Amino acid sequence: MQLDRDTLAESYRTMATIRAFEERVGADSLSGLIPGFVHLYAGEEASATGICLELGEKDWIGSNHRGHGHCIAKGSSVEGMMLEIYAREGGLCGGKGGSMHIADLSVGMLGANGIVGGGAPLAVGAALSAKTLKTGGVCVGFIGDGASNQGTTAEAMTMAVVLKVPVIFVIENNGYGEFTAVSYHSGGIDLAARAASFGMEAHKVDGTDFFAVNELAREVIAKTRATNMPAVIEVAVNRWHGHFTGDPQAYRSAEELATVRLSDPLVIFKKRVIEAGLLPQELFDKIDGEVADRIDSAARAAIAAPPPDISTVTTDVYVSY
Amino acid sequence: MAKKSMRTAINEAIRLEMRRDPTVILMGEDVAGGQGGSADVTDAFGGVLGVTKGLYTEFGPSRVIDTPIIESAIMGTAAGAAVSGLRPIAELMFSDFIGVCYDQIFNQAAKFRYMFGGKAQTPMVMRSMTGAGLRAAAQHSQSLHALFTMVPGLKVVVPSGAYDAKGLLIEAIRDNDPVIFLEHKAMYDLEEEVPDEAYTIPFGEANVLREGKDVTIVALARMVRFSMEAAANLSKLGIEVTVIDPRTTSPLDTDTILESVAETGRLVVVDEANPRCSFATDVAALVADQGFKYLKAPIKLVTAPHAPVPFAPNLEDAYIPNAAKIEAAVLSIVAAGGRNAA
Repeated sequence: MQLDRDTLAESYRTMATIRAFEERVGADSLSGLIPGFVHLYAGEEASATGICLELGEKDWIGSNHRGHGHCIAKGSSVEGMMLEIYAREGGLCGGKGGSMHIADLSVGMLGANGIVGGGAPLAVGAALSAKTLKTGGVCVGFIGDGASNQGTTAEAMTMAVVLKVPVIFVIENNGYGEFTAVSYHSGGIDLAARAASFGMEAHKVDGTDFFAVNELAREVIAKTRATNMPAVIEVAVNRWHGHFTGDPQAYRSAEELATVRLSDPLVIFKKRVIEAGLLPQELFDKIDGEVADRIDSAARAAIAAPPPDISTVTTDVYVSY
Repeated sequence: MAKKSMRTAINEAIRLEMRRDPTVILMGEDVAGGQGGSADVTDAFGGVLGVTKGLYTEFGPSRVIDTPIIESAIMGTAAGAAVSGLRPIAELMFSDFIGVCYDQIFNQAAKFRYMFGGKAQTPMVMRSMTGAGLRAAAQHSQSLHALFTMVPGLKVVVPSGAYDAKGLLIEAIRDNDPVIFLEHKAMYDLEEEVPDEAYTIPFGEANVLREGKDVTIVALARMVRFSMEAAANLSKLGIEVTVIDPRTTSPLDTDTILESVAETGRLVVVDEANPRCSFATDVAALVADQGFKYLKAPIKLVTAPHAPVPFAPNLEDAYIPNAAKIEAAVLSIVAAGGRNAA
């Protein structure tokens, strides 16, 4: 199915927004403007964007340790996210979550997760709600190659198959669980094949190719939505940065570091669309400019904003107590 | 009013709430029992001790969900379902099994509301068996309420009988925070008068079962029974004690405890759990901190020893606090007079 021009432009805008957001947050983390731990999604934009394009308001996503891109692709405000990540008043989570725990239930985003593998069972829960309440929704549970080894993931996949709930596990395989390469940490096995052995259809896709991701997502999500049968998509992506900002990446060869950004999902997207005559270069330039301005203003606004009121340190622990 | 066992009271609480609210679901290992076996039966067990018997027959497989033995997925599915529109009751068969799934409770469910800036609510109940007395030994007998009480974001309920169990469980199901509901397995058959209809007992309100001027006893769950037994024996000796059951360890009714100690000047805390960093030490610290001026004698703690729960019946009987140990603790501080004794 050919995406219309508006959808193409908006998809590019989402990917460009994630990229610009991550590059700015990365720089401001290194310079000390952002407290705490920051894990960047740059290089993986086509995965979140291509998949979330197939989701609507009634659909949920569960996210992982590298959650900014999922949040943006599901529709969270980058201004609210910036305020949160810079630890400011008015942040998406009131300055109590930060980068690692950013969440936005108002757009169906169940939260990034500080615990690798912690999110997979939660995604099954949201899918159970969708099925029980007959909302017609599905849940996409984004996990990484590192989390794919966790017992919680094995349990979540087992539960999804037993309960027949509409969850799609998306394994974003960026080659590393923290500092340890997938060839070692998963024993060199095929992650999609392992997931398939739980009794789900499992697919693989090149995560630098937005169109391949989106076409597969459209087919898989539609089928899961119609049948309540869980499924798996393994997306091969490149992690442009270290595990966290400031990670010197001594475990990656000079050759890998020199080539990891050559397959840029934004460049690939642009080239395909321009060559097909669907959108002109000028439009991409315009979007790039608008995105740069928006991210810059959001970051400046965050830096200028006051920190959360000190009285909120003990609020929001319980609904009632 | 009919006498009912705590098992029946808990079953009624779940049944009434599932009838009232279609978003309430029950999930866990063998909560229906008998799925997929060779016999033509789908509601065989109702949990290993029969507490949820019959619920599958009434509410069906979409609301009474038998799960595999995957505790992380049970708790995580419940937590994810709770933030997305359901009110799950997730059963962890024995609370000792929390070791394989605690992340989903204390890092996930307990944290959502705070981490997400107050924008999430997680109305789930984790029901689980607690306590010793069934010769089930070290991995099926622990009293782990302190492990939950120490975590902000969780509420912890430890009922001491059938009447309280029903009212507190209905309150737990209707509550919008994650609630840990611990059922003492040695009390399932104990009967009390329990109304047929639904009723709630608020969290954080202690039950004062008996009032006396000499000593305050604070006890939980099965220890409330033993404390009442001790109180009756002590009364024959002319010593009158107050017995307080906090019913919930989080929130904790600190006022009732402090007010009572202000009257008696003496405190014994009875806790079936191990003694270190425990409910007993928590209450002792509360009174030492905020009620020191009332104390006429040292605070006494009657607890299990700092050892796992043993298997052999004579060892387990020696391990669990009992009325005789409670009486001895009370007598030790009454007879000793104390620093402010007249």
